Amino acid sequence: MGSLIAQIISVTLMNLGSLRRRLWMSLAMVLASAVVVAILLAFLAMAKGFEETMRGAGSSQIAILMREGSSTELNSVILQDQVNLITESAGVARDANGPLVSPELYVIVDGIKRSSGTEANIPLRGLNETGMAMRTNMRLTEGRMFVPGTNEMIVGEGVLREFSGFDIGSEVRFGKNLWKVVGVFSTGGNIFESELWADIKTIQSHYNRGSSYQSIRLQLDNDGGLASVKQTIAREPRLNLDAQTEREYFASQGKQLQYIATFGWVISAVMALGALAGALNTMYTSVADRAKEIATLRALGFSNFSAFCGTIAEAMVLAVAGGLLGSLAAYLFFDGLNTSTLGGSFTQVVFSFEMSPDLFLQGAILALVIGFVSGFFPAWRAARMPVIVAFRHAA
Amino acid sequence: MSEDVLFQLNGVGKSFVKGKEKISIFDDLNMSIERGDFVAIMGPSGSGKTTLLNMLGGVDQPTSGEIWFDGTRIDSLSESALTRWRAQNIGFIFQFYNLMPMLNAQRNVELPLLLTKLSKAQRRKNVETALALVGLSDRAKHMSSEMSGGQQQRVAIARAIVSDPKLILCDEPTGDLDRATADEILEMLQLLNRDHGKTIVMVTHDPAAAKYAKLTLHLDKGKFVQREIVA
Repeated sequence: MGSLIAQIISVTLMNLGSLRRRLWMSLAMVLASAVVVAILLAFLAMAKGFEETMRGAGSSQIAILMREGSSTELNSVILQDQVNLITESAGVARDANGPLVSPELYVIVDGIKRSSGTEANIPLRGLNETGMAMRTNMRLTEGRMFVPGTNEMIVGEGVLREFSGFDIGSEVRFGKNLWKVVGVFSTGGNIFESELWADIKTIQSHYNRGSSYQSIRLQLDNDGGLASVKQTIAREPRLNLDAQTEREYFASQGKQLQYIATFGWVISAVMALGALAGALNTMYTSVADRAKEIATLRALGFSNFSAFCGTIAEAMVLAVAGGLLGSLAAYLFFDGLNTSTLGGSFTQVVFSFEMSPDLFLQGAILALVIGFVSGFFPAWRAARMPVIVAFRHAA
Repeated sequence: MSEDVLFQLNGVGKSFVKGKEKISIFDDLNMSIERGDFVAIMGPSGSGKTTLLNMLGGVDQPTSGEIWFDGTRIDSLSESALTRWRAQNIGFIFQFYNLMPMLNAQRNVELPLLLTKLSKAQRRKNVETALALVGLSDRAKHMSSEMSGGQQQRVAIARAIVSDPKLILCDEPTGDLDRATADEILEMLQLLNRDHGKTIVMVTHDPAAAKYAKLTLHLDKGKFVQREIVA
């Protein structure tokens, strides 16, 4: 066994030592593996960043209520009497000022993307003081809070990064109305940073919404709070609403973009097939180039298994080197890269590509698979080649 | 089989099919090689001398007959068993040296010892001894590209003897060397045979090289046509 291991190590080192003779072909294999891994990681980092953005927004202690059958806030309508009814429901937490209920408006306005200069939808959310207080991770990073009853608004950090014209002090025109940016807020990188926030009464007035809303957020008083709220809705025919926790809502919103990860794997798999073709060629060339050496070692008494392992190891070293290169490139070019995409409410969700150890692991696994598959058949040829044939081949 | 006989070939045949034609290299070859012998096999191109050497080295199999080595029939061994047998019994010297270009002389010579259970220190000692025997102690760290053809062949000889095999097989060992260097190599083989008792079988087309052997066998069209004992 010790002898076999010594043989394998020795053959592997010799194979790697002879790479200089096949420098360009070997580099081509490294590069192909690097490109495939980098592309996979880019897609996975995108999906991961989006997922984290959506997940970070959801609290299991806050319920979101929308009109029955509405999948997003945009196509929901809630009337004031419904707000009044649900405010008295069991399961709703209270503080000194009364029930913690936040009826909210959600309208779409236009912004100009910095990256493309094109128009894109941004959500303008109308909130009252309770709604602001329920977002415990919200903090102003610049400026001040808007004054209720005025055309003032605060902008999320994501909007500021991705869209032009929202710097503090700027005046922005939405339709007939001119708004002034007075503050910038952060909510820890989640989806709320892709929004503009302003006073709900002002928005109701400017957009002719009367006393209607589009969603209600409720602070639940305990773990069974949501069940109590659902019982209230079930008992009261005027409450044609659906209730779910905010975490469930954003998780379902995030799922619709899970295709990013799937798409990434599909694209990478297709590219990996192309890379495999090149890698197979490289490894078959390697075996042909080393035929005399393989034959000599076999004649000296080295086992065919060591020839097999040495070839596999060479392929895996090249593919993993490519994987590392691809991971490094993906990290340098994509980690933290800000972008935006269309979310569930036809508005832009601003998020960052996020690289993480589990993604690097997936990239490494893909590189190992490329290395193993591209090395297996050439290694099989090296191992099965009769010594006499190898001598003739080398002659 | 006499205890002095190391190799015995009984009615060995070798043929292959090319297209629809069956080509026979040997039909009924019989020979024996005694321990301590130095045999040169000569013959024109296509006479089958390299095929015979390959069969003696267990890298080619006969299509009929028997090959016995030191009491073991080797023509019926499996590929893996033959590989182990080669590692334990045979040292190869090739026409073009077949050194590993990425290894220095010391590491090249060490290769057969990786197949043994010797410790690293023992391996190093054996390598030093083998390199000293071929007069290359001072070139141990040199790569093959930094050595002349004669020096490379001496490294190959050191590699062939380092594990103390029972038989050394040489395939045109001086075919790539000038006369003076060839004579040095042949004298070294003669020394290994005479002073260290190594059994050597050498294939050559060079009559001058064959003179260093104790016995010359002339092969033509698959048959030994002449047997010549050197005085």
